[in-house]
Amino acid sequence: MWEYTDKVKEHFLNPRNVGVIEDADGVGEVGSLACGDALTLYFKLDDQGRIKDAKFQTFGCASAIASSSALTEMIKGLTLEEAQKITNDDIAKFLGGLPKEKMHCSVMGFDALKHAVANYRGEKVKEKEGTIVCECFDVTDLEITRAVKENNLKAIEDVTNYTKAGGGCSKCHGKIQELIDEAWHHKKPKVKSNKKLTNVQKIKLIEETLEKVIRPSLKRDHGNIELVDVDGDLVSVKLHGSCAFCSKSPITLKNFVESKLKEYVSHDILVEEVKE
Amino acid sequence: MKLVYADNNATTQIDSIVLDEMLPFLKEYYGNPSSMYGLAEKSGTKIKEARQRVAALINASEDEIIFTSCGTESNNTAVHAALEKQPEKKHIITTRVEHPAIKSLCERLARNGYRVTFVPVDKKGNLDTQLLFKSITKDTAIVSVMWANNETGVLFPVQEIAEDVRKKGIVFHTDAVQAVGKIPVDVKSAGVDMLTLSGHKIHAPKGVAALYVRKGLPFASYLIGGHQERGRRGGTENVASIVALGKACQLAGSRLEVMNTKIRAMRDRLENELLEKIPNSAINGNRENRVPSTTNVGFNSIEGEAILLMLDQLGICASSGSACTSGSLEPSHVLRAMNVPFTSAHGSVRFSFSTYNEEKEVDYIVEKLPPIIARLRELSPFWKQ
Repeated sequence: MWEYTDKVKEHFLNPRNVGVIEDADGVGEVGSLACGDALTLYFKLDDQGRIKDAKFQTFGCASAIASSSALTEMIKGLTLEEAQKITNDDIAKFLGGLPKEKMHCSVMGFDALKHAVANYRGEKVKEKEGTIVCECFDVTDLEITRAVKENNLKAIEDVTNYTKAGGGCSKCHGKIQELIDEAWHHKKPKVKSNKKLTNVQKIKLIEETLEKVIRPSLKRDHGNIELVDVDGDLVSVKLHGSCAFCSKSPITLKNFVESKLKEYVSHDILVEEVKE
Repeated sequence: MKLVYADNNATTQIDSIVLDEMLPFLKEYYGNPSSMYGLAEKSGTKIKEARQRVAALINASEDEIIFTSCGTESNNTAVHAALEKQPEKKHIITTRVEHPAIKSLCERLARNGYRVTFVPVDKKGNLDTQLLFKSITKDTAIVSVMWANNETGVLFPVQEIAEDVRKKGIVFHTDAVQAVGKIPVDVKSAGVDMLTLSGHKIHAPKGVAALYVRKGLPFASYLIGGHQERGRRGGTENVASIVALGKACQLAGSRLEVMNTKIRAMRDRLENELLEKIPNSAINGNRENRVPSTTNVGFNSIEGEAILLMLDQLGICASSGSACTSGSLEPSHVLRAMNVPFTSAHGSVRFSFSTYNEEKEVDYIVEKLPPIIARLRELSPFWKQ
């Protein structure tokens, strides 16, 4: 059971401004049936260019309905410039907060407003600019990066909560992690290409991955790793420091070192530990 | 109207007779059944009786019953035992609509070097048994097929599958958590090697379940420890809950007739009246071949979580295959496997009864649900009258 605030429940059970404005000045439609939530937002301006009426229709869960209701209440009386300053976070705050898994509902409100304003101005929202990262929910790299930066997101799970990206088959989790890392300027070695690597390139890339990705993590636990040999796809390493004596080192080796090398160098990499 | 509990596939209330039976083992009879004094002997005797009662419900013998902590543990144990005893075999067959206790386990095994065939179902949730039979190879270690689906109640032809699978010398397991107590379950006539049942679905408390393992089947324990359960499952016995499971199984056997008559009629009436009163609604699952207590109804153009919260306001407990209720963002894998369109997969509601439910509760649901659906459809941009 989700923990909804009283205000969310109240706006869900008694949503304000439900319906259609037939002669609306701006209409914004976002979401889809497949996604599990969708919102159509209508607004009408007065002579001074202020929003005099706003209405919505929402297909979705309680927080989607409450977020839509909140948004229509918040934008009434504002100019479009003022309304556009409203962020998804403002919508969530208006409702006294949303469960983190439901933050995407407030993002949907934010997006609908953007679309409605663009519709009024006769502009086209280039919503799908960028490259699709999450195929399940049709989310692009630009959308993910924007959500990461605007909401200070640090983990894949957060990105899923805000954008839905990664909430389906989870195939795109690697790419989402890269976008998070890029957004926070973590230095990463160049992503592997599909071309077959020469032995020299492979060893260099292994060294680079060890240095930039793997060692920093091990060093945090007072450990270290040394490359002993590369024979085809078999990478021999020696663990040093606390790692050498750690009972979890076989797990570190398989789940961390090997999986990172598979990710950055080649899927066929196998790692073995060389003891003293 | 007080609480209308129509979510018995999720869990059930503890029967007061069951509670009375188990309470002494939470109070005065606290002895460890492995100990050597009278206090402990009482626990040991009562566990033996519970084992006989569980065995009797499914026509097993008592030494074929292993008590576990939950249905998930029983399922995990069954699959691991089959794999461990046949290390050369690397193929598993199951279905696309299993409970996560099998589905997620098999997905994990698929990542760890096993090949897993997930057999599909048709639009009504019926299993493609021919495809299942065709998938069997010399490398197949185990076939695990649920007896009744938890979301739709649809029954799979366990006996037919077990016969074919075992003829080929392959281990057959069935997750019967949603079948036991709802329909007659007989391990002998069904011919299964292993079967999972769980206490909290049949009015025993949460935290106790059983795994039936056919006598003579090679078995390896999953929880490794002491000699409990004849060395097949380590860990001090959860005496009170085991006693409760025994009593609950005894009661379940005596209530099968009510399930199949009164409860079936109530469920059918609920379905018919909802379909009649609510346009663009449909039953998910084969209506001719289900447990008597479950219905899964899809309502177009609206979302399940919203329906559930509005029902909750009126004291009605049900569940949904909607994405928003699970936190997974994807609607139920069962409904998707059945190709239920997104528009009604998101708006599906499951009502599941027990023998505690009454006719007037059906009346109450039939009265309260249609206005909720109409209200949410008013809100929906997809609803076109």
